[in-house]
Amino acid sequence: MQQALLDYTLYLADSALILGQRNSAWCGHGPVLEQDIAITNITLDVIGQARSLYQYAAQLKGGETTEDTLAYLRNERDYKNCLLVEQPNGDWGQTILRQFFFSCFQRELYTQLTKEKDATLAAIATKSLKEVNYHCRWSSEWVLRLGDGTPESHTRLVTALENLWPYTGELFKAADYEIALGLDPAPLHKNWFSTVQSTLEEATLSLAPLTSCYMQLGGKTGVHSEELGYILTDLQYMQRTYPGCDW
Amino acid sequence: MGTHNLEELFQQKIDKEVKIEPKDWMPEAYRKTNLRQISQHAHSEIVGMLPEGNWISRAPSLKRKAILIAKVQDEAGHGLYLYAAAETLGQSREQMINDLHSGKAKYSSIFNYPTLTWADMGAIGWLVDGAAIMNQVMLTRTSYGPYARAMVRICKEESFHQRQGFETLLVLSKGSKEQRAMCQDAINRWWWPALMMFGPRDSESTNSDMSMKWKIKRKTNDELRQQFVDMIAEQVKLLGMTLPDPALRWNEARKHYDFGEINWDEFWQVVKGNGPCNKQRLDARRKAWEEGAWVREAAQAHANKQRTRTKAA
Repeated sequence: MQQALLDYTLYLADSALILGQRNSAWCGHGPVLEQDIAITNITLDVIGQARSLYQYAAQLKGGETTEDTLAYLRNERDYKNCLLVEQPNGDWGQTILRQFFFSCFQRELYTQLTKEKDATLAAIATKSLKEVNYHCRWSSEWVLRLGDGTPESHTRLVTALENLWPYTGELFKAADYEIALGLDPAPLHKNWFSTVQSTLEEATLSLAPLTSCYMQLGGKTGVHSEELGYILTDLQYMQRTYPGCDW
Repeated sequence: MGTHNLEELFQQKIDKEVKIEPKDWMPEAYRKTNLRQISQHAHSEIVGMLPEGNWISRAPSLKRKAILIAKVQDEAGHGLYLYAAAETLGQSREQMINDLHSGKAKYSSIFNYPTLTWADMGAIGWLVDGAAIMNQVMLTRTSYGPYARAMVRICKEESFHQRQGFETLLVLSKGSKEQRAMCQDAINRWWWPALMMFGPRDSESTNSDMSMKWKIKRKTNDELRQQFVDMIAEQVKLLGMTLPDPALRWNEARKHYDFGEINWDEFWQVVKGNGPCNKQRLDARRKAWEEGAWVREAAQAHANKQRTRTKAA
């Protein structure tokens, strides 16, 4: 049970960190200054969530474990983030859509966790939910702008939708540790799908061509896309090069 | 009332420390100087995001990563206030950005140096932000109101950045042999470029006289540079590191540190565009702007459609 709780906490933490690591590449390179600042706010929020979760995981694991040993010294196969968050930033449309899918999912998930009997997870979820509500609003507004904006932005968003949709199924497919904890995410799908569908419709995008899309699985159990190795190479460079130092 | 009288009244206001506001009459040269200086300052904040942004993905701990991201984001915020302050002088942000991209407008040369190790994040905070603060504290009392007010906010954040930078180096200075070497190396590489940030010597500076008369500036380049050297020469002792200048020594008669000669040839080469990263920095800014064009167009098109829909409803 303790192992399942640890794995589950790491799944949440890894997903938040990898999304933060991906988003942080926009800092200084955004399409307009105000949005550079906005996406960086979101980056800081999800990295903050990751830190709270890793700190809790370190406590569960005990010994010399810290948030940094968990983030910096575990390998690809130990990382449990969902595949969605490790997908490349692509253009602004792909980054926005990835954020939108994930934030809407986090909203359902954290809402569920606020009622969880594990007080620490419930507290982290309660705090994070405030941030996530804003992330949902911000990203859905951008989905609308891009879908409805110009023919070019519409086409780009359609491409992003095709690229990312196969990674949305995994969010709702229970891993062993979720089953062990009685935290099956499948029931979260209904609300998530209804939000996503209505926003995409308003943005004049259709999910119809994707109804029979084959869903990729694996991230939550440590079988990732080829992207993750490169992300960790960058992320972990300093700790791997200079082991055992304080920074 | 003739221009002559207006100029006299204007100078009287300056002399009485009354701030000049956007709708007040001002000499054309005053407007231009402020516009040039504020927009250049805004560009420096934005281009300045790049060298530090270079280490966000590789920051050595989660805490350092969060601090660095927040810091780089602060620079974006400073850029935003400063563009807004510059816009009060009658030029659009878009025009200013175009001038940056075409090479017409300048930004601080310091950002044309590369960030090679993690210690550079500390050295930039301590030395580069430290040098910038010298200038910016003075600018909180500059005569143009919107610029002075933007500076008050910016200074609070910058002095926080400087302390963070120093603390980053302090940790390295107490660390392993490799960390200490990394710390000293970063100080060695950033020291002279930081001194160059104060600009040419007073005897070579073209814009200084009028700027002092109009209280855009209140201290000369050399005065600020000396103040900076005096401060850093003391602080470096706390790190147990040295500054790469054999001529640096306390001068009891002057009550200041003497220091060696800046490599002015290097200074002018970097100003002219020949620094190690001039091309990379401008290319990165242009790329972000060009790749963002479709996003800005989409946002505008959506806003226009929304307006039409609201009207029709």
